[in-house]
Amino acid sequence: MNGADTAFVLISAFLVMLMTPGLAFFYGGMVRVKSALNMLMMSFISLGIVSVLWVLYGYSLAFGPDTGGVIGNLDFVGLQGISPESLTEKGGIPVMVFVLFQMMFAILTPALMSGALADRVKFSAWAVFLTLWVTLVYFPVAHWVWAEGGWLYELEVIDFAGGTAVHINAGIGALAAVLVVGKRIGFTKDPMRPHSLPLVVLGAALLWFGWFGFNAGSALAADGSSATMALNTQVATGAAVLGWLVHERIRHGAFTTLGAASGAIAGLVAITPAGADVNAMGALAIGVVAGGVCSWAVSLKFKLGYDDSLDVVGVHLVGGVIGTLLVGFLAVDGVGGLEQFGKQAVGAFSVMAFSFVVSWILAKLVQATIGFRAGADEETAGVDQAFHAETAYDLTAGGGSSVRTRGETPVPGAAPTAPGAKRHETYAGAATTGTNAEVHAGAEDGTNGGTNDETNDGAEARVDA
Amino acid sequence: MKLITAVIKPHRLDEVKEALRAFGVQGMTVTEASGYGRQRGHTEVYRGAEYTVDLVPKVRIEVLVEDVDAEQLTDVVVKAARTGKIGDGKVWMVPVETAVRVRTGDRGPDAL
Repeated sequence: MNGADTAFVLISAFLVMLMTPGLAFFYGGMVRVKSALNMLMMSFISLGIVSVLWVLYGYSLAFGPDTGGVIGNLDFVGLQGISPESLTEKGGIPVMVFVLFQMMFAILTPALMSGALADRVKFSAWAVFLTLWVTLVYFPVAHWVWAEGGWLYELEVIDFAGGTAVHINAGIGALAAVLVVGKRIGFTKDPMRPHSLPLVVLGAALLWFGWFGFNAGSALAADGSSATMALNTQVATGAAVLGWLVHERIRHGAFTTLGAASGAIAGLVAITPAGADVNAMGALAIGVVAGGVCSWAVSLKFKLGYDDSLDVVGVHLVGGVIGTLLVGFLAVDGVGGLEQFGKQAVGAFSVMAFSFVVSWILAKLVQATIGFRAGADEETAGVDQAFHAETAYDLTAGGGSSVRTRGETPVPGAAPTAPGAKRHETYAGAATTGTNAEVHAGAEDGTNGGTNDETNDGAEARVDA
Repeated sequence: MKLITAVIKPHRLDEVKEALRAFGVQGMTVTEASGYGRQRGHTEVYRGAEYTVDLVPKVRIEVLVEDVDAEQLTDVVVKAARTGKIGDGKVWMVPVETAVRVRTGDRGPDAL
């Protein structure tokens, strides 16, 4: 066993884990305040669901012994047969480290799609869709690309850390789901401004940091390959920030914070498949192209009329395709050329076709059975209230006149989808002042609603009397 | 009694507050407000989507005063709030039937 490599990949796995909450903040800040918690939860729930699925059967389907080049078999169901002493064939790190590292990828990938469906889907339906999608789309595609015997792996398609398996896959899957679920009420008419850009930048920063684990860790060793990848990750991302900002300044007249954060993600996406096989100049080219093109691509949804709310298609699909195709030409050591470009195109477009079709069918299935879309009232009032029985922020000076109650009295209008929930909120709202009445049933003894006692002098309203 | 209401630029609040205090006013209520008048809003850009924000942040001040002070106090507020640029806001005055101090139950001018 190689201790240095093991330590490096372990730490990389921890870094990749941080990307999912990072993504939650990145997306959460971009939505309106009424669905901020739902956006966080759509990512966070993936940490719960996929962690379980991965050890039950996910790892086995993705990385079990090959069946026909398309999927793994069930040899490793429940991680049977994998002991602490089991080592990977190449590199000699414990298989469990590899299992953990790849688990984080399986968690992140479906979470990426959530941004496209912001503000308007039932949380339970999302959880079901996520489960189906990761099982029938992600596990097979991860097998194609990364597992010995997988057909794209054998074709020698370059996808170092997940340009096809993660970003193209999630980007096109999101597009399919959006086409089934439909536009948000008021799309293109109502202002849908991000409620917290600092949260978006915080999320982007966590993603950028975690991405070093995602990209460099994919070398599965602390060696020259991971070093190249780490360096190129930084170079491409920096260049993409500039690419996005320059395009934006020319087209829209300002260097926006959201543009800088988005450009960083576009660069990270594009360098993901490519970073270990290009030099620094190649990384620079990939980054600047990804930043500029994605900045343009996010406007497509308005022209074509699909509501990809937080631009999963414009950033992850487009960025993933750019990186996957460009590495075909830019790969060093004589690999780059027309032949490799052809292989890259096969990889990108086969994943796109498969993922689009299966994702569309799964979304339709969820829509037809339990209903994917939230009700119109739930959507306009905010899905936080409808599905999570919470509000993201209490910024009212007096705590919003909350009333704590005890007992088992059912609370009208509170989250019917959450049986056994301990805490309910209902809102009898006075229009502009934001006064609301909260009813907490069966909360813990002794405490008095936590933050509700805080007074917030100065910012919201001043009363000197 | 009169109720003087002023909707002013937020950064003039301290000047107005000081001017009223210097005049001898005992209390005031301040609320964050937004609105538009002749001052135009501004444009914001989020990933290429441009929004016109036409409600401008303002501060709304309310002061209860005795009839004799009303005209002069209105002038004090106007003077303190003025920057001379568009969007300085409005000040108006309406009659008030009664006022009660909650703690003591005092009514009328005694409650001020």
